[in-house]
This record gives sequence, structure tokens and C-alpha cells, in this order.
Amino acid sequence: MRFIGAILFTAMLGLVFAAGFTPRASAQDAPDVGPTPRLVVKPMESHIGNITGHAAAAKSDYRRYCAGCHGDLGDANGENAVWLDPKPRDFTIATFKCRSTLTGTLPTDEDLYNTIQRGITNSNMPVWNTFTRQQRADLVAYIKIFSPRWEKEKAGDPIKVPAEPPVTIDSIAHGKLLFTKLECWKCHGPAGKGDGPSAGTLTDSKDNPIRPYNFALGKDDSRFKCGNTNEDIYKIFMTGVDGTPMPSFADVIQPNDAWDLVHFLRTLQINRHGKENEVLSAAHGAIPPYVDKNPPPAAAPADNKSPGGGH
Amino acid sequence: MRMWAQSHLCQKPQRVTSVLAAAFALIFLILGASQSASALPAFARKYGLRCSACHESWPMLNFFGQKFKDNGYQLMNDRDAPIWQNPGYWPVTFRIVPLWHRVSTNKVRVDAGDGSGESKISSSGFDLTGLDFHTGGTLEKNISFYVLPSSDATGSFHFETVMARLDNVFGSPWLNVKLGKFELDNLLSEKRPLTLTGNGGIYQLYHFMPVGSGNIFGQMGDNQLGVEVMGHSLNDRTRYSAALLSSNDGSVGLPYGANSYSGFFTASQAFDAGRLGVQRLGFYAMVGEAPTTWLTDGGPNAAIAGSGAGNKGYSREGFVGQFYLGQHFDLTVVTQHGSDSAWFGQGYGDLIDGVATLNNTPGTVLPAGSRNPTWNGVLFEPHYVYNPQLIFIGRYETIRMSQQSTPGTPSNLGNITSYTVGYRYNPFMTSRAGLAWHTEYNWFHQDGTSPVSNTNLTSSELLMGFDFDF
Repeated sequence: MRFIGAILFTAMLGLVFAAGFTPRASAQDAPDVGPTPRLVVKPMESHIGNITGHAAAAKSDYRRYCAGCHGDLGDANGENAVWLDPKPRDFTIATFKCRSTLTGTLPTDEDLYNTIQRGITNSNMPVWNTFTRQQRADLVAYIKIFSPRWEKEKAGDPIKVPAEPPVTIDSIAHGKLLFTKLECWKCHGPAGKGDGPSAGTLTDSKDNPIRPYNFALGKDDSRFKCGNTNEDIYKIFMTGVDGTPMPSFADVIQPNDAWDLVHFLRTLQINRHGKENEVLSAAHGAIPPYVDKNPPPAAAPADNKSPGGGH
Repeated sequence: MRMWAQSHLCQKPQRVTSVLAAAFALIFLILGASQSASALPAFARKYGLRCSACHESWPMLNFFGQKFKDNGYQLMNDRDAPIWQNPGYWPVTFRIVPLWHRVSTNKVRVDAGDGSGESKISSSGFDLTGLDFHTGGTLEKNISFYVLPSSDATGSFHFETVMARLDNVFGSPWLNVKLGKFELDNLLSEKRPLTLTGNGGIYQLYHFMPVGSGNIFGQMGDNQLGVEVMGHSLNDRTRYSAALLSSNDGSVGLPYGANSYSGFFTASQAFDAGRLGVQRLGFYAMVGEAPTTWLTDGGPNAAIAGSGAGNKGYSREGFVGQFYLGQHFDLTVVTQHGSDSAWFGQGYGDLIDGVATLNNTPGTVLPAGSRNPTWNGVLFEPHYVYNPQLIFIGRYETIRMSQQSTPGTPSNLGNITSYTVGYRYNPFMTSRAGLAWHTEYNWFHQDGTSPVSNTNLTSSELLMGFDFDF
């Protein structure tokens, strides 16, 4: 009996210590948050191909992998958030950077799924490709429980991405012209090193300082926040990076112009081996001034007649 | 960090029942109190991830943690090089467990106490494990290191791990090279166990030696000195490793063979099984040679360190399966077939305090009929993860001799059966520190190995304590 008594005494002592320390530890970790309201897991779903994700199934995974940064309530107030730069996404406002949908709209399930799978470069968001496809789909559904937008709005329609035209020195030159004309250099800098005159003043939609992308960093494995293919860069122009100063240019430039800009931006990745830099090398490393070979017809004076026109 | 309390007591059945009842009562109390868990805090602090991101329950890795380790302690998110670290960051973690335990062994050699020369000894009390100082991380992008000075419970230190690793050589995850003293690439890692007792804190399968064997060199649970090449797919679903090791069981200073090497090889493939989770199947093989012949100085058995020759062979091979059955339950299965040279089976090989009790000098012959000892074993380790803070652990190991070295030896001599149950409860879950309330019970049985009567040896241990690291 003494033996059992000793066991129970020690076990209870451990329990008391463990239970006793828990609230203090929580209070110390989040002194400004106050009591944590109980989270209701809404029956949200996601649809990725033939997989249906269910929010309830991701509760444990979210807590295990995500909550440390994104917070138990999805409000970007996890215990690590204060140390992170850039800050984690706030799911309560449902504004997402990486989308295939127009600016201001909700992303598709595939967009969120791909972000989880791909991770976000130059941030603390890892590549979560060890998850099963089902786990990722469940997490996409779970993210939706934090904002009422997902109940009131549908996801936007993915933009159409036309086929990429061939890379030529002309397309690169035109891209360079657009880079200047659209004032991309003001943030990204003339050489794309993220050191433009406005770079130091940028903040995201939550007033956190934010830095423009430095194209010159990295080599062949360099990635952008929302992917590493030319199509991914194209989408960034056309959809914008919501929640950041990077706007959508969908209403400003034509698809072919966007592709030309893609080709030029690739040349700013000076350590990357790619077709754009090969074309540039073939041109002896110099981008010629862009000459529009098909200029729009000049506006004719009202009393002028076209050369071939008759009366 | 181990207890190394290898001798324990034989509980009366009703006492065992009472103990288990008490433990389960505590489990249910904790289930009710469970709130929110923890890991190697140095890495967690660096990357700002909770311990639970990499650990099923620390120190056991989950798939994401295994990929992080396979990448050379890198997340591959462009924040891996030390240049990104806060200048105040110091990648050190220490871990120790203050605990209470009760250990008992049914037959211990004693001085004629009860006339049989063997007696049951049981003892209980408060105690400590050894102390581990973990330090690891990246020296530069794709160059990583790990140093682990480790002590026993008295504070006597040794280097458990010292290695540097070139990661993603030629930009490929398929080529990583590690040099130093390191843990073998066991899919079920003995260095990351969820158990702490003397017999339950190690995998018997990883250390098994037939009774009387002199082969200490095939202990795949011990960290070994050598060089390892390993590779993996980007998502870590496919893994392989091949290591060339000195046959000295990780001992520094070349104390054994003059030219004795072993190899350790693994390969595995994981599959996405939808809602069931990721399933992994693989195999391992340890094959090598170790010395049985020693030059001597100061007497026929006073071996000269590093003079070992007369290498003889041994092998350990088996399959590993890691099966996830939904979010809460997983089961790891390891099998083994082992074989030693008859020379080891007859006791040649090991030096004890520099003494070659048996020395295979020219002209030495084995006893007539000596054979290679062989055995088969299997290990089942289920886990039930109630939530990231609370995990229940079970283990069953059995090893059966299939051929004794000496003809006429009882066929079951040295057979092992071991059961372990326990749970770990983490009262909080952050990326800064880890604390687990650990409770474990182990029952160990080996046939015919009591020290005097050569009857069955049984031991048991109950352990409770705070396993913490910072």
C-alpha cells in the first residue's frame, strides 16, 4: 500500500504542477490578448480536384503546425508573430496575396492549396509538402472558418492566362520600357534590387513595414512569393498582391505587354540561368531601346484624308 | 540521455494490476485537464515554429521534422543561413529529467544471502537522468552541424554526436554528405524515443547480442563514427542512405580494429493514403567486420589499442513500416534478422577494460561444432496521439534465437520479451521550451540469463518525471 500511495502522491504532484503551470504560461505568452474565446469550427469545405476538404478534420493539424504564427483564432497573433518579418497572414480579414483571381476577390481553393504546398519564400512559411493532399485540402477548409467573407462571397474566377509568346530581345526591351513607364522601379529599384526611392516607406494593409522583392537575389532556385514560373509572375501583375502596395495591372496593360514585362524581370535575376538571360547574352548583354514595329496609326486631322481613301 | 538502470524487479501480478490501475486513473485525470504542446527549442526559436510542427511528440519526429532533418536542419525557405539569425540567437538546448522511479530485478547475484546466491532487489526513489547539451544548425546555407555533449547521471560527459554535413550537394537533395559521429539513419530513431526507462528507453532490437557473444560492434542503436551519404526527394517521400563506419561502436581513439569497417544502408518509400495519412515502408541492413585478434603488451590478454585484426563478419537486416491510421493512431513495425560469425558467438571480439579475454591468436581454433549464432526479432510501437499535447505510447519487442553458437545450448537462451506502456503530457505548447510530464512502465524478460542459476531473468521499472528542455 505504501508503494501505491507513493505512486499516486507523485503522480498527483505532477498533475498539480502541470495543471498549475498551464494558465500562467499562457498568460505570459500572450499578455495583451486576454481570455481566449472558444472557437467554433464551422462546417466549411474545400474542393481540390476530386478531394473534398473538411474544416473539422484539420483542427488538430492547424493547432500543431499553423497556430504558432497564425494564431488559434486565425488573427495572425500566434506567439511567434511578434518575431516574424513579414508577419503571418491574418485569416480573419480573408485578404490573400497569392491568387489566380482578380484583386479584391477571394482566392480559389486551389490557390490556397498551392500556397500551403509551395510555402512562401523569404518568409517563415515553410514548404508543407510532407502533408497528404487530403491534409492540405482540410487545412484550406479550416482557414475559411475565420472570416465571414467565406460565407457571404464566392471565390473569384481565375483569370485567363494566354500562351506565353517567345522570348525575344524586343519583348525584353518592351518589358523594360513598361518597367519604367509603370513606375515599377520606384519600389523595386532601377536594377530590381528592391531599393527604389519608395522602398523604405512601404507598409502592408496592417501598417507593417514591407519590402519590395529583390530580383537580384538567388540563383536558379530563386522563387517568388507566389511561385517560380513565368505564369506565376504574369498572375502577380494581373491580380496584384492584395494586402500589399503591389497593385493589379489588369486594367492597365494588355496580356502581351504583361508577358514582355515578365521577360524583362527575368533578366533582373542576374544569377539565374534561363532563356531570357540567354537571349540577353546573345544581344551582348545590352537591352536596346524599344522600337514599336507596329505603332498605332497616328490620329489624323479631321480634314485630312487617308492616303488610300476616296471621297 | 538514458537511465541505464538495467536491473529491476519482478512485480507480483496483483501489484502490477494496482500500479497500472493507478497510472490509468492519472491518465484520465490528465485527459480532462488537457489544454494546449512543445521541441528542440533551439530550432523552434530560430524558425518560429512550435515544437509540434516537427515532433509528433518531442523528441519523436513527424514527417515534417524528418524532412527538416534530412535537409540539414533547414526549412529551405531562404532563411536558413546564419546571416538571417538574430545576433542574440545561441543555438543551444539542454535536456534533463528529474524523476521518481521504482526498479526491480528478480534475480541478482548476492553473497549467499538466502542460500541460492541470487536475490530479488527492488528499490525506488527520486533520481536524475543524464544531461544533454544539444547544439546544431547551419554554418552556412547547406552546411550544417550537430554537437551533443552528453553526460550520465553523475555528470561524466562524452560526445554523443559530433558531425558536419554538406547538404544538397550540386543543388540536389539526393546528395548529402555527413562526417563525424552520428546516429545511424534508423527510421525508428533510438535517439528520439518517447520512453526513458532502462530497458524501455532503448530498442532491444538495436542492441541485441546472443548470450556469450563478443560482438559489441553491431549495435545499430549507438551513434557511430563514419561518413554517410544520404538523399531524399523534395517531399521526403523517397529516402536512402549509405554509411561507412569504423567498427568500434562509436568509441573514439581507435581502440579496436586496425582496419575494421562496417556499412549501414537504408531505403524507404512513403505513400499518400488519403485520410489514413502517409505510410512508409523501408528496409535497413548493417553489415560489417570487426576484429577478434589482438596484439598484446604486458601479458597474453593485455590488448594494444588499435591493434585488432582477424576481422570476422556480422549482419543485421530487416524491414521497417510506419503506418498512420487516421489522425490519432500510428504504428511502427521493425523486423530484424541477425547473424554473427561463430568467432563472435564464442566470445571473441570485445575488449573489456583493454583486456582480450579471448584472443584469436595464430593457431586458435573454435570449439568443435561452433556455428554462427542467428536470431529473429520484431518490434511493434503504437502511438495514440490524443492531441498534440498528449500521446500514449506502447511497445512490444521480442527476439528469438534461431541458432545458438554452441550446439546443445538451450534454444531459447537469451530470448527477450519486453513490454512498455506510457504517456507524455505537455502542459503547454510554444516555440520556446518544452516540458512533458512523463509516465512509463516497462517489463523485461530474458530466458536463462540470471547470473547464478541461469534461469529466467525478469525486471521491471515504473518511472514518472518531468522531461524538459530549453
